[in-house]
Amino acid sequence: MSRIGQVFENLKLKGTGAAFIPYVTVGYPSVDATMEAVSLLEECGAEIIELGVPFSDPMADGLTIQHASHEALRNGITPARCLEVAALLRNRVKLPLVFMTYYNPVLSYGVKRFCADCENAGVDGLIVPDLPPEEAEDLALAACNHGIDLIFLLAPTSTDERIAEVARYSSGFLYLVSVTGVTGARERLPEGLAEFVARVRRFTPLPLCVGFGISSPEHAKEVARVADGVIVGSRIVEIMGSGEGYAPLLSRFARKLKAAVSRSAPV
Amino acid sequence: MSDIPETKAKNEATNETKNDFQISKWRGRYGLPDDRGYFGQFGGRFVPEVLVPALEELTEAYEAVSEDSSFKEELREMLRRWAGRPTPLYHARRLSRRLGGAQIYLKREDLLHTGAHKVNNALGQALLAKRMGKKRIVAETGAGQHGVATASVCAMLDLECVVYMGEEDMKRQALNVFRMRLLGAEVRPVAAGTRTLKEAVTEAIRDWVSNVATTHYLLGSAVGPHPYPAMVRDFQSVIGEEAKEQFLEMTGKLPDYVVACVGGGSNAIGMFHAFVTEPSVRLIGVEAAGRGLESGYHAASLAKGRVGVLHGSKSYVLQDADGQILTTHSISAGLDYPGVGPEHSYLKESGRATYVAIDDERALGAFRLLSGVEGIIPALESAHALAYASELAQSLGSGQSILVNLSGRGDKDVNLVAEVLGTTARISPISPSSVARDEKVNVADVLGVRG
Repeated sequence: MSRIGQVFENLKLKGTGAAFIPYVTVGYPSVDATMEAVSLLEECGAEIIELGVPFSDPMADGLTIQHASHEALRNGITPARCLEVAALLRNRVKLPLVFMTYYNPVLSYGVKRFCADCENAGVDGLIVPDLPPEEAEDLALAACNHGIDLIFLLAPTSTDERIAEVARYSSGFLYLVSVTGVTGARERLPEGLAEFVARVRRFTPLPLCVGFGISSPEHAKEVARVADGVIVGSRIVEIMGSGEGYAPLLSRFARKLKAAVSRSAPV
Repeated sequence: MSDIPETKAKNEATNETKNDFQISKWRGRYGLPDDRGYFGQFGGRFVPEVLVPALEELTEAYEAVSEDSSFKEELREMLRRWAGRPTPLYHARRLSRRLGGAQIYLKREDLLHTGAHKVNNALGQALLAKRMGKKRIVAETGAGQHGVATASVCAMLDLECVVYMGEEDMKRQALNVFRMRLLGAEVRPVAAGTRTLKEAVTEAIRDWVSNVATTHYLLGSAVGPHPYPAMVRDFQSVIGEEAKEQFLEMTGKLPDYVVACVGGGSNAIGMFHAFVTEPSVRLIGVEAAGRGLESGYHAASLAKGRVGVLHGSKSYVLQDADGQILTTHSISAGLDYPGVGPEHSYLKESGRATYVAIDDERALGAFRLLSGVEGIIPALESAHALAYASELAQSLGSGQSILVNLSGRGDKDVNLVAEVLGTTARISPISPSSVARDEKVNVADVLGVRG
């Protein structure tokens, strides 16, 4: 079983709730900050970490992650540098590392080479939001050959047929986009989220993790009632961009999130 | 075509497929794209999952109307009565004589309502959106031509219209921003990146992702995920169909060359489509070389890009070594885009079409030349095609012919050109005395080609 699969297996066995999955953009505001934040997030109870590999035109992302991506690119971050950072993190933290990026940087790097280098760096999974399964044959094959989970996304607009299809290709977990929209902190969770999760559940035994727009412990708690994992990105990126003293803020926020997803463990 | 020694081995390897291709595939059996939206290795649908159902719905709806004679009739009538089709084919005799070579014919899309070919596609897609029950339209615009066309169509069809435009472009094209607002559209500034067309497309996609149930994304060029490249081509193919018929009627034969400018490539693909199955007609697309192909300031995706994925399809893309999309430059906002429609990539790779690049200076030369010699002020985009056609004409005999797509008119560019050239200095494309004597033009001088 993959390191990602193990996380969900353990949570299920212990019955301690949903996985807390924070996202950070590699190199924002700096590589040092990324390194520090990942260690900190693990200490605060994160089960999996998503590392954003910045792309110049992130069409599925809202303003916060767009800004972080552009700043990271200005800091000279490249896919190769992200792989180096992942390799350094691998020696420091135990939790699974998942790259989130867009297809063009992967294609440009070389799909096979990228997966090989991910394996060497200790990256456990890949999320590529602009790559639906029908375009993902090359990457799926390469990821599989290198023992990397390729995680696909589903949206509230996905039909039942589509859910069954996408679930067949995904490994590690399924990423459920909570809203019909882009990433970014929101005031409220969308209505019908629980139904959406339940609908997907009918088609697959894969763990279901929900992301996009989850920006408070209250949101996280609600989502954790129905999902196997809660992904929080933009709010964390905002905190990291808030200045030198972000670490205590991040730590406080992460602990709250962790508590929120844990307490709602099924009895 | 050039046979550069270094690439000879590669050419030999592809020669066989090229020949097969021309003999079998191009004779009236052009069925691309395939079901997955691919033209050879180019195209596809690289989009967030949330858009997949919408694109499937759009594909189905589009396929249904393309078989539906009542839709086609409605579109044809509106193109005729509201937009001013058919546009004329004009034999530019004076220009041809001046150049002293091949005969140049202009397809006058500049005379179309709203000033460019863009309205062909805007009207087609808006009628389709209406049939699909969508009440809201989002669009991107660079120079503002597609935005104005979309805003006009939406006003006429009573659709809500939101246009995304880069802040930089809004500054450069303030008058078009006002036109769009006058037509009832909301123009939303995009502040990301270089604040031009690429960012406007990305932002329009984000809006669509967020409002997909009520909204149709009226994409203005033959780019993007399937079915857009095929759908936009089909709506624009009226250009080539008309031109082909008109050309045959006027001359009794087909043109030897067809030349059109290529940014995303909608006017070019609309012109090429009718000729693609005519092996005797050479197709030439003209990209923007900006300040020169080696300067780093250009928008020539086919000449200088690599195969990549941008805005939902696989095609040639201007990108750095790490796959980050590069910023572009062209004097014409409509060509200022780092990608190109996937069908052009396919036509290039298959050898069916040839792509060249014309820099800012030569485009300005052609802008002045056509204005002074034929009394037609072309859009700067179209001036790229004219510049190449002018150079080509001089290398050919007078028995040969070049059909140029004059995709838009240049009123929108007059301020910019005045700024570049100065309002008083050397406006005349050729010296007044040579105009009077109807002398042959030295095209290299006019187009600013340096020794």
